[in-house]
Amino acid sequence: MNAMRQPSPGGPGDAKPAAAPAQGKPDSAGAKKGGPSAGNPARPKRSRRSRTASEWQGKAYTLICVAILIVTIFSMVFFVASKGLATFFTNGVSVSEFLTGIKWSPDGEPPSFGALPFITGSFATSILAACIAAPLSFCAAVFMTELMPKFGKRFMQPVIELLAGIPSVVYGFVGLSVVVPFLRSIFPGQGLGIAAGAIVLSIMILPTITSIATDSLSNLPRGLKEGSYALGATRWQTISRSILPAVLPSMLTGVVLGIARAFGEALAVQMVIGNSPHIPRSLFESASTLTSVITLSMGNTVKDTVQNNVLWSLALVLLVMTFVFVGIVRLLERRARR
Amino acid sequence: MALSTQSAPGARAEEHAGTDALSADNLSVFYGDKEAVKKVSLRFAKGSVNALIGPSGCGKSTFLRSLNRMNDTIPDARMTGSIWFDGADINAPGTDVVSLRQRIGMVWQKPNPFYKSIYENIAFGPRYHGVKKKRELDEIVESCLRRTALWEETKDRLHQSALSLSGGQQQRLCIARTLSVEPEVLLMDEPASALDPVSTSKIEELISELKQEYCIVIVTHNMAQAARVSDKTAFFYMGNLIEHNDTNIIFTNPENKQTDDYISGRFG
Repeated sequence: MNAMRQPSPGGPGDAKPAAAPAQGKPDSAGAKKGGPSAGNPARPKRSRRSRTASEWQGKAYTLICVAILIVTIFSMVFFVASKGLATFFTNGVSVSEFLTGIKWSPDGEPPSFGALPFITGSFATSILAACIAAPLSFCAAVFMTELMPKFGKRFMQPVIELLAGIPSVVYGFVGLSVVVPFLRSIFPGQGLGIAAGAIVLSIMILPTITSIATDSLSNLPRGLKEGSYALGATRWQTISRSILPAVLPSMLTGVVLGIARAFGEALAVQMVIGNSPHIPRSLFESASTLTSVITLSMGNTVKDTVQNNVLWSLALVLLVMTFVFVGIVRLLERRARR
Repeated sequence: MALSTQSAPGARAEEHAGTDALSADNLSVFYGDKEAVKKVSLRFAKGSVNALIGPSGCGKSTFLRSLNRMNDTIPDARMTGSIWFDGADINAPGTDVVSLRQRIGMVWQKPNPFYKSIYENIAFGPRYHGVKKKRELDEIVESCLRRTALWEETKDRLHQSALSLSGGQQQRLCIARTLSVEPEVLLMDEPASALDPVSTSKIEELISELKQEYCIVIVTHNMAQAARVSDKTAFFYMGNLIEHNDTNIIFTNPENKQTDDYISGRFG
């Protein structure tokens, strides 16, 4: 902005020449450094000083906040990683046994730490939940934005957003008292298991996917719909062929975020999944997830023992998976922009 | 001047079947309680370019949108009066809006390509109107792109996203897309106002060429553009049609003082 004007110490425009020697360089140099000296010496000094001071304060404040965030994030990652990796480096558990072993008995003799049942349990419940929730959310979003926008905005959207505010223990409780007995009455077994977990989770992630889908639908340029109508397309043709392709990437983003949320959910799942450390043979057999085993076992272990460390390893798996999900979301967003 | 016609609506259909591609008769459009267009009667001849000019909010875009019932997509829009197209009132109950919009195409101010490839943008309309064979679609795509002078620029990347085109190219693509369903009337709502001068002149050339086959109605804020491309010009103000006449008369010797003021920039 002011890189064009050269400072002229003692020049006619410079009321207080004292400022000039302090920053006797072209302004562009000061601006590049981003320091407090990035003012324009050709202007009266008072306003410049207050302006640069407040610029500086703002910059310092945001920098501090960002620093706190970055330090927190990195120390969390570091903490989880160091604890989680200690299982393998300090306690000598083999990584391949941990990732592919199917026997989990940390207190056994000898102890074995096969986490595969939990990893599969987590993936099965969250992907199944997304499979249930995604079509429901898409249709709800299309209904709310395209078919009945007034009813959708006034009634449906608040209701769906309400779903996001219900505590997970309530979901778990409802799942335990409604979904589990229902499944038990139809399918063989206790009713506890991956199916029950997936159903409960699907309702929990419904608002996430729906609100992202609704946002992307209502943010579409209005012309897109009109363009399609103007070519003589019907409403359904317009929705399916011109609107859906345009919002598909952001809808996928919503689904991945939903899966990520389901993947990390602990309490509600733990209440309905049955918590037995096996890979179940059916969806209605008791199983476990990464989160449920951590919440169940963490109170019963002693710090710095292998039993405690291995829980951190499970947490590390969760963390890495979260990174993967975030990475997928980023990738989808980049593709959507093209 | 179609301002003072008193014939009965029944006789109008006959009368309009002649040289008019499209005509509005006593058309009023309301948004809720607000009357955006007030009893406008206008006739558009086949093979002519008609410019609608006037200050912002004067109802010219609303009028344009009502010509292919695009206002149906706005919840509280309401219309009285009639619009005659091919011997029928397009607002009559039972009108097939879908085929009406195929025959009366529209181009917007902001290019609105679909989020698909260039090819698919043009094939979109014909597909819905029964063209299935790939060879026929290929032909339609090529001829539409050639007519909008886009073919040379895009023939090597037909399957890239339409969003990769520049603004001017996107707008020509949208015109090409509209041509793909072989409309009889082309409505254009400030088609060049978001474009640079070079793209604008391309669009204007295109309009002059398309005039041979289509009746074109164009809304524009650009006086010079209206003077350059149109045969007839209609001046709107506050929802009223103030004056409608041959473009050279409107721009050199308008009857109405308001028109004169607006055209010479003394408005307000």
